[in-house]
Amino acid sequence: MEQKEALFNYLLRLGDNAAILGHKLSEWCGHGPELEEDIAVINTALDLLGHARSLYMYAGEVEGKGRTEDDLAFLRIEREYRNALICELPNGHYGDTIARQFLFDQFNYLLFSELVNSKDETVAAIAAKAIKEIRYHLRRSMEWTLRLGDGTEESHKKIQESFNDLWSYTGDLFVEDESDAVIVAAGIGPDLNTILPIWRENVKAVLAEATLEMPEDGWMHSGSKSGRHTEHMGHILSELQYMQRAYPGCEW
Amino acid sequence: MERKDWPLWEVFVRSKAGLSHKHAGSLHAPDAEMAISNARDVYTRRNEGVSIWVVESKHIHSTLETDTESMFDPNADKIYRHPTFYDIPDEVGHM
Amino acid sequence: MSEEKDLQAIFDKKIENEVKIEPKDWMPDAYRKNVLRQMAQHAHSEVVGMLPEGNWIARAPSMRRKVALLAKIQDEAGHGLYLYSAAETLGKDRDTLVRELLEGTAKYSSIFNYPALTWADIGAVGWLVDGAAIVNQIMLQKTSYGPYSRAMIRICKEESFHQRQGYEIMLTLCRGTDEQKAMAQDALNRFWWPSLMMFGPSDKDSPHSAQSMAWKVKRMGNDDLRQKFIDQTVKQADFLGLTIPDPELKWNEEKGQYDWGQIDWEEFFNVIKGNGPCNKERLAARQAAYDNGAWVREAATAYAKKKAERKDKEAA
Ligand SMILES: [Fe+2]
Ligand SMILES: [Fe+2]
Repeated sequence: MEQKEALFNYLLRLGDNAAILGHKLSEWCGHGPELEEDIAVINTALDLLGHARSLYMYAGEVEGKGRTEDDLAFLRIEREYRNALICELPNGHYGDTIARQFLFDQFNYLLFSELVNSKDETVAAIAAKAIKEIRYHLRRSMEWTLRLGDGTEESHKKIQESFNDLWSYTGDLFVEDESDAVIVAAGIGPDLNTILPIWRENVKAVLAEATLEMPEDGWMHSGSKSGRHTEHMGHILSELQYMQRAYPGCEW
Repeated sequence: MERKDWPLWEVFVRSKAGLSHKHAGSLHAPDAEMAISNARDVYTRRNEGVSIWVVESKHIHSTLETDTESMFDPNADKIYRHPTFYDIPDEVGHM
Repeated sequence: MSEEKDLQAIFDKKIENEVKIEPKDWMPDAYRKNVLRQMAQHAHSEVVGMLPEGNWIARAPSMRRKVALLAKIQDEAGHGLYLYSAAETLGKDRDTLVRELLEGTAKYSSIFNYPALTWADIGAVGWLVDGAAIVNQIMLQKTSYGPYSRAMIRICKEESFHQRQGYEIMLTLCRGTDEQKAMAQDALNRFWWPSLMMFGPSDKDSPHSAQSMAWKVKRMGNDDLRQKFIDQTVKQADFLGLTIPDPELKWNEEKGQYDWGQIDWEEFFNVIKGNGPCNKERLAARQAAYDNGAWVREAATAYAKKKAERKDKEAA
């Protein structure tokens, strides 16, 4: 595989992670448990959508076919989206959202910490800006994991279930394919296998502090890297793409 | 009955290095960490600050309107505390 | 008794001299009630107002529009928060205020009971609804109650991009395809009259208006504010090439302002009463957020308590 193609795939994955998770988080707007939380969640959503935009723009540039951020965000078919499965899962209750966010933030934080040193200058620059925001996301989702885990009996039970339910989607974050091999070899991105043990350590430590059990490892879902999604993805796209599909070729 | 909603906090923001913290507004939060975090999200979204103080509103004590006369009026006529009270000839230059 | 008279005199003097009334100052009970009601109603409007626009975040047609809309609605959450805080200075906490909204004893602006049906509605809401709100809020920066005034100053600063955001959407639609332009006209048709209703009944029919003006809680009457909004909006509609749905709208050279038609007050009072197209959905959404958030708020409170106890133990 050519480096250009691998880089394009790689950027789409990063961009889709941020776009789809940001999209899901924005559903909390107006419905959060307290006004302060609405504002905080939207801040995270806005950060992620910002990352997605930079990554899509660069992906379009790398591809060289003149596709814009919106072409990439709105006009691909489901199989062409490469976001991790965990990003497209329903928001559920607030504990589900926090657990999803914490597991993803922890991954994203470790990944972007490495991307800051990418041999690709644009990737490094995007990461340098994003890492500051991701560090804050992680801090917030960690603080909330502690509060829900070590809060009331009810909250403890609820978020423990959230982590248990989400666990089988965490493996998908670390699956590597041909594009990854090219990216690692070129020094553009890290070997995900080196991140996995640190991710486990960190998750374990926070869960322990939150008086939560580390879920048991078992069967892990996968497929996002080849565009095989959950049933939720199609519904996300039917909303996300509605305007672009209903009124093709318009300026908005 | 025990309060279940979060207490009120006052937020003070330093807008840039070298300036003092200034009252920005209030918010609700369960504890100090979250109050700081919420203050960051609520009151510094447009680059308004470089540092934040929070204090639970109940810990703020203030003067009362009924005290205003005895607290503040007496200082209105102590003009000798101001530089313009003193006559220095112009020839001396700026002082 | 004589002390009360003195306090009333001090209060009156302050109002007369444009000195702000602060939370711990003496104020007549009726003033406290009036300001509190107005701030609470304003706060509820900001928060309920997030819902119609929130309906389009997921379907925003471009990344640029999506982040702008999201940031705009986030600001409205902030406005609700500032206004609840201002209301809390008069001794009613947010939880109580929110319950009054949910129980239906407190009101919010009738405009948010109208649906946002198309993407153009997002443009129309920013342009007209925020536009009308800004006219009102600029006036309220000078309100006599200190915390309300300060909240308004902060809010007006943030509002400055909201209306532009909406107008830019309209402009893009009007420069687009015929279908897009029709969408824009349709949105204007539906939002024009409800936007005019935002200023409330005519002063002669408005129970609180005269007293609010006397106390300088409000600095301009409903009718003057409405006229100001119309006068500034007509040329914006012209620039878009859209037609305001009022056949009686006409420039009056003599008065130096527009003459215009009749608001359907029966519709207005019905929407206020709960018969608007979305009243039930709006309140149900706020109720669900309140109920579904209860265990989260409780958990954080419980955690804070545990943490404080642990700290005390360590110190002991
Ligand atoms: Fe607002
Ligand atoms: Fe606004």
